[in-house]
Amino acid sequence: MGDIGTGHYLVVSTALLLIGTLGVLTRRNIVIILMSLELILNAVNINLVAFSHHFGNMSGQIFAIFVITVAVAEASVGLGILIAMFRNKGTVLADEIDLLKW
Amino acid sequence: MDTFFFYSFAILTLLGAVLTITQNSAVRSAIWLIVSLLGVAGLFLLQKAEFLFAVQIVLYIGGIMVLFLFVIMLVNLDDAAKQAQFNKQWWLALGCALTVGAEILYIIVKGSDSFKLPAPGPTGGTAGNTEMLSDALFRDYLLPFEVASILLLVAIVGSVVMAKKRI
Repeated sequence: MGDIGTGHYLVVSTALLLIGTLGVLTRRNIVIILMSLELILNAVNINLVAFSHHFGNMSGQIFAIFVITVAVAEASVGLGILIAMFRNKGTVLADEIDLLKW
Repeated sequence: MDTFFFYSFAILTLLGAVLTITQNSAVRSAIWLIVSLLGVAGLFLLQKAEFLFAVQIVLYIGGIMVLFLFVIMLVNLDDAAKQAQFNKQWWLALGCALTVGAEILYIIVKGSDSFKLPAPGPTGGTAGNTEMLSDALFRDYLLPFEVASILLLVAIVGSVVMAKKRI
């Protein structure tokens, strides 16, 4: 066990990033793909805050705030697109939306 | 004590994340995502980022998750929950993710000595976290802060336009 250092936080962040990536790559439901994107952004935030704490510098936490802002914007636009898509195509499965697929 | 809290929050985060991407029902996924975000908030608190802890709970759990639950309510997900939840390339995705994870972990372990270099000491004297954060935000990062408000305005207008029936 021992002391908890910055490396421990980085390992948690890596694991969260990978779980989020897996969700984006493997799930078919677009709502859950958007949730996995939130997981990825949270992994980035853990990293930023860990290094901010490590170096005693506030810039990391400021960037975490901006990441959260962008996450809010991304979630609202993504869910708006999802609603429009469900209205026009009647599906929320990512691989059934293949209009541009050759 | 710190060790105990770190491991409990880390387990909460990762367990919630794994259950988020494996549940069939989108509502259950959303609930587990809330658990995961609470774990992340706890990790912020352990690193003395109290403001981000509050923002995480108020904005993520109170804002974004309510947005998700509203959309789950608006969109009929019953058919999607009955179909296959994972696409056919899941094994390829798993392999790629594990490879990238192994690479990142190798780099972290290889560079773990450099984490010990500066003793993470308190800076900024007696000022609290929120005070230091606001000082930095409104002094050094004022322009990005204002640009962020434009981004949010664009996002609001964009989501309203896209979710509207007739423009």
